[in-house]
Amino acid sequence: MTGQSPILEVNDISLRFGGVRALSNVSFGVKKGELFSIIGPNGAGKTSLLNCISGRYTPQEGSIKFNDKEVTKMTPNHRAEMGMGRTFQNLALFAHMTVLDNIMVGRHHLMKNNFLTGGLYWFGGAQKEELEHRRYAEDIIDFLEISHIRKSVAGTLSYGLRKRVELARAVALRPDLILLDEPMAGMNLEEKEDMARYIVDLNEEWGMTVIMIEHDMGVVMDISERVMVLDFGKNIAEGLPHEIMANDYVKRAYLGEETDEEAEGEVA
Amino acid sequence: MNWDLLTQLLMNGLIIGALYGVVAMCFVLIYKSTQIVNFAQGEFLLIGAWVCWWFLTTWELPFVVGFLFTLAFMTVFGIVLQTVVLRPMIGEPIISVIMVTIGLSLFFQAAMKWIFGVNVQPFPKVFDVQTIEVFGMQIQTAYVMSLFISLFIMIGFAWFFKSSKHGLAMRATAFDQQVAQSLGISVKNVFAMAWAISAVVSAVAGIVIGIVNGVSDSLAFIGIKVFPAVILGGLDSIIGAIVGGVIIGLLENFAEYADGQWFQVGNMYTIAPFYVLVIILMIKPYGLFGTKDIERV
Repeated sequence: MTGQSPILEVNDISLRFGGVRALSNVSFGVKKGELFSIIGPNGAGKTSLLNCISGRYTPQEGSIKFNDKEVTKMTPNHRAEMGMGRTFQNLALFAHMTVLDNIMVGRHHLMKNNFLTGGLYWFGGAQKEELEHRRYAEDIIDFLEISHIRKSVAGTLSYGLRKRVELARAVALRPDLILLDEPMAGMNLEEKEDMARYIVDLNEEWGMTVIMIEHDMGVVMDISERVMVLDFGKNIAEGLPHEIMANDYVKRAYLGEETDEEAEGEVA
Repeated sequence: MNWDLLTQLLMNGLIIGALYGVVAMCFVLIYKSTQIVNFAQGEFLLIGAWVCWWFLTTWELPFVVGFLFTLAFMTVFGIVLQTVVLRPMIGEPIISVIMVTIGLSLFFQAAMKWIFGVNVQPFPKVFDVQTIEVFGMQIQTAYVMSLFISLFIMIGFAWFFKSSKHGLAMRATAFDQQVAQSLGISVKNVFAMAWAISAVVSAVAGIVIGIVNGVSDSLAFIGIKVFPAVILGGLDSIIGAIVGGVIIGLLENFAEYADGQWFQVGNMYTIAPFYVLVIILMIKPYGLFGTKDIERV
């Protein structure tokens, strides 16, 4: 699955909030088709890094290349149009909309017809286009097994289902690269297994490159092709899962002596 | 009881209320999508009416052409206003943004007086028949037209938000700008679109009222009348804006009737909506359809 050409190159980025250094000289690359995980203790800068990639934050130093294009200064919506999808750590569904509408928002930028050509519904191809988008949305719905709730209002669903709908919405963009921020936080074992299966399928069958932040080490070591460890905003290790497990520094900083707080984080 | 007068007034109330509803909807549209309380909403009516009047009198264009030109002008006006004045205010404290919109309101009122003078100017004759009879009541043709236009706009809004991709993008942006961006929606464009739509639709209301009453400064007062309607309906509810607008329109005309028949204090017509504003803020501050946890300023 994994090709040789890099889809994302992060070069030496630093991000500061006032005097706080959230990220210091972080560099890494992700190859096309890879399933890449970022781990690290709470406050290590994982989500800040993801936000730099997706464009919410602009790093003060360094550059980010996506599909060989410089994107460091681009707006998040522009990056989304280029094929970068993401989910959020805290659920961010459009709570008042139905599941289907949530997914259709993700199709938004791919629709060509505006309201003028749409007015010629049957002639201008608007109907055909609408059907195509609906078909793709239905594919996603089938794949994530949420067909029974497609007309439900998102805010009324259980936590696990909402996480799945959020994933569906990000997939709806048909991104080349999908960024997942703690997709399994707060899930029970069964839900976690389902989610892991969806992520692996997205990667292998749908051909999406995945960058995932996750605390559950079992899952991370199981499904990732490569893992990067962040601590205090620095890239302290990067490699195959078994190399990471064996790395002394990693053991000390993250896997080893767990503080109570981190232990809680993993249970949650 | 003078039933004829009462029904006539209530009919007027319904028609003018529908117009209030339309303007209130525009106000809510801006509030919902950009979190800006727009004190210059009434000036959109004023500018729209003056520009249309100018096209019809100075250029002597036919009404339909002048009307369409006005809409085009207001689209550009809304986008430019948002881009030049309000975009730099993104992220500033809400009170600063409110000061800016109040400033805009004063500025545009003065500018309109400067450009077009202080006198009431009648519109050129738009309809051959000035009034038509409905169920034994005399109703101005422009008002009948306005009722249809209001209904058309309301249905248009409903369709826009439910079924169009831009409407969906706008709802998504209103809910969470960050997430909307992550899905490829340009928040800047959505903001500009909200202001453009609001300016255009308000201008339509301004033109309709201008045809009936003539164009003058008093049009801007509709922007203030909209506040009772919006507060009554709930600051962030489009449906609430329509219901609030119609209720305020009816109430105002009923107050006029009650005043003329019984109280004889005068000016109840103007004051009544603001009694409602105060009472609603006391007993149901989030309005009939508003979200309860909404931030009040």
